[in-house]
Amino acid sequence: MQVDEATVRRIARLARIKISDAEAKGLEKELSGILDWVAQLDEVDTSNVEPMTRVVAQKLKMRDDVVTDGEIAEQIVANAPLAEDNFFVVPKVVE
Amino acid sequence: MTDLTKLTMAEARDGLAKKDFTALELTDAFISAIEKANPALNAYVLQTPEHARVQAKDSDKRIAAGSARPLEGLPIGNKDLFCTRGIRTTACSNILGEFSPTYESTVGQNLWDAGAVMLGKLNNDEFAMGSSNETSAFGNVVSPWRRKGKDGKLSTDKLVPGGSSGGSSAAVAAGLCLAATATDTGGSIRQPAALTGTVGIKPTYGRCSRWGIVAFASSLDQAGPIGKTVRDAAIMLKAMASHDPKDTTSVDAPVPDYEAVLGKGVKGLRVGIPREYRVEGMSSEIQKLWDDGIAWLKSAGATIHDISLPHTKYALPAYYIVAPAECSSNLARYDGVRYGLRVNGDNLIDTYENTRAQGFGKEVRRRILIGTYVLSAGYYDAYYLKAQKVRTLIKRDFDEAWNKVDVVLTPTTPSPAFAFGEKTGDPLAMYLEDIFTVTVNMAGLPGMSVPGGLSSEGTPLGLQLIGKPFDEETLFRTAQVIEDAAGRLTVPDAWWMKG
Repeated sequence: MQVDEATVRRIARLARIKISDAEAKGLEKELSGILDWVAQLDEVDTSNVEPMTRVVAQKLKMRDDVVTDGEIAEQIVANAPLAEDNFFVVPKVVE
Repeated sequence: MTDLTKLTMAEARDGLAKKDFTALELTDAFISAIEKANPALNAYVLQTPEHARVQAKDSDKRIAAGSARPLEGLPIGNKDLFCTRGIRTTACSNILGEFSPTYESTVGQNLWDAGAVMLGKLNNDEFAMGSSNETSAFGNVVSPWRRKGKDGKLSTDKLVPGGSSGGSSAAVAAGLCLAATATDTGGSIRQPAALTGTVGIKPTYGRCSRWGIVAFASSLDQAGPIGKTVRDAAIMLKAMASHDPKDTTSVDAPVPDYEAVLGKGVKGLRVGIPREYRVEGMSSEIQKLWDDGIAWLKSAGATIHDISLPHTKYALPAYYIVAPAECSSNLARYDGVRYGLRVNGDNLIDTYENTRAQGFGKEVRRRILIGTYVLSAGYYDAYYLKAQKVRTLIKRDFDEAWNKVDVVLTPTTPSPAFAFGEKTGDPLAMYLEDIFTVTVNMAGLPGMSVPGGLSSEGTPLGLQLIGKPFDEETLFRTAQVIEDAAGRLTVPDAWWMKG
C-alpha cells in the first residue's frame, strides 16, 4: 500500500494534527511501510469469522437510567486552559 | 539497621506487623533512596514525599490500633497513566501539561483503601506507546542493570528498562518502591519486567477496572502490578482487582487470594509449548532459557506438551491495526479545550491542529495517523474489521489449546535489554519487541513474566506464562515454581546510588 503525500495530508487533517512538509515526506515512507507490513493479514481466510468483541461471553450490563453524577461543572472545567463561568472558552466559530 | 529498600513487599509487611520498624521509617527510607537515585535513573516523574508521609503516619496509627489493612504502610510507585486526585497526571505527554485530576483511578483507590502509601508517579512511554521508555516527554528511564563486558566488568552503557511501564520496572528493580502499578496493552507490563529481572502480571481483560486510567486502546488495555517476587505480585494484584460499575468491561467475579495458591506446586499440571514461538533467528540463549523453564516445570511434576497456535504470526500486524485505531479515537479528546496544553491558532481548527502537533510526541502522532487512516471512509472493513476477525482466530487457537493444556510457557522477549537508540530508527524493529506478548492482549488472556536467568551479557531474561481466562491462580503457582528454581535476580551493583 503506497501512501502518497496528498493522502498523508488528508489523514493529518482528519486527525487534526498540523504537519510540516518535511514531516509529510517522512510519514509517506513510514506509513507505507507499516501498511505493507500489516497487509500480510490478507493471507488469513476470515470468511465466516465473527469479529471478536469480548474475551469471555458476558451479559451486557444494564443500569437504571438515572443521574448518578452531576452538579460538578466546576470540576469539569477545572483543568481547562481557558474557562469562564463554568464554560469552556474557544476561539470564535460563528461570524 | 538493614536497608529497608531491599526488602520484598512480603518481608516489609512482616516487619511492620512485628513492629521491627514503622511505616514512616520504611517510607522515609524510600524517599531518600529516590532522591539519590532519580537523577540517574529518572524513574519518577513526580515525587510526592509529603503525601507519602501523611499516608504512612496514618498507617502507623492503624497498626498501633491493631486495625491494619492488607497493604498497610507499604510504599509503592504509581504509573503516571493512573489518575491521582489533586496530583499531576500526564501520561508522560506534553499535551496533558499540568493536568490535575479531580478523581482517583479505581485501581489506585483500591490500593489506598488497602493501606498502601504512594511515593510518586512513575515514568512511562508517552500514552504507554513504546517498548523502551524512550518516548516519554520527561525523558528516558535508565535501567539499573548494566551489561557485563568480555573482561567481566560492568559497562557504563545505558540500557532501556523496557516499556511502556519502564519507570515501574526500573523503580522496582532499583529498590525505589516495594512494588508498582503498571498497564499492559501489548506487553507493557511483561516486557519491562523481563528486561529488569522483576515479576509482572497482566491479568485477564476485565479483572482490573480501567476507570481513571488514561486510555490508549480500550479493548486491549489492562492494569497489573510489577513486583520483586511472585508473592509480591500476588499481594498487589489481589488489592488492585475489583468489579467496578464505572467500567462495564470489568468482570463481576470474586477476586481469589492469589497468595494462597503459591505453594501448591505444578504436579500433574499440563504445560503447553507452542511451536510457533520458535521464531526464525531465535538466539541460543533465549532457546536455553526456554529449555530451562521446561526442565524446571518437568522436574516439579508438570507434563510438557507440544501445541500449535497457528495464527500467532498474525497477532502483531493485527495489533498494529487495532491499537492505533483505538488510540486515534481515544486521543481525539486532547483538543486544547478541556484540559492541558493549548496552542492558539487563527481559528478553532487551527487551534486543534497546533495543539495536537505540539502536544503529542512523534510516536503518538504516527499511531494516531495510522489509526485515522485505517478507520477512514472505505477502509474500516479492510483493516479494523479484518483485524478483529483475526483476533477471533487467535483466541480460537488458545481455546483449542486449553483442551490439551492448563498453561502455556514461552520466552517473554526475543532478546535481552538493549541500549538507547538501538531500535528507535525503525518503528517496525521496535514493534517486534512485543512479538511474544501481544497475542495475549489480542485474546484477552492473563499473561505473566517471571525472571528465568541472565543473558550472556549478565542482564535479565524473562519467561512468560499464559493462562486461561480468569485463571491467574495457575500462573501464580507455576511462576512460583520457576522463581524457586531460577532464583531471584538482583542488580549486582547499585551504581546509581554513588552519585
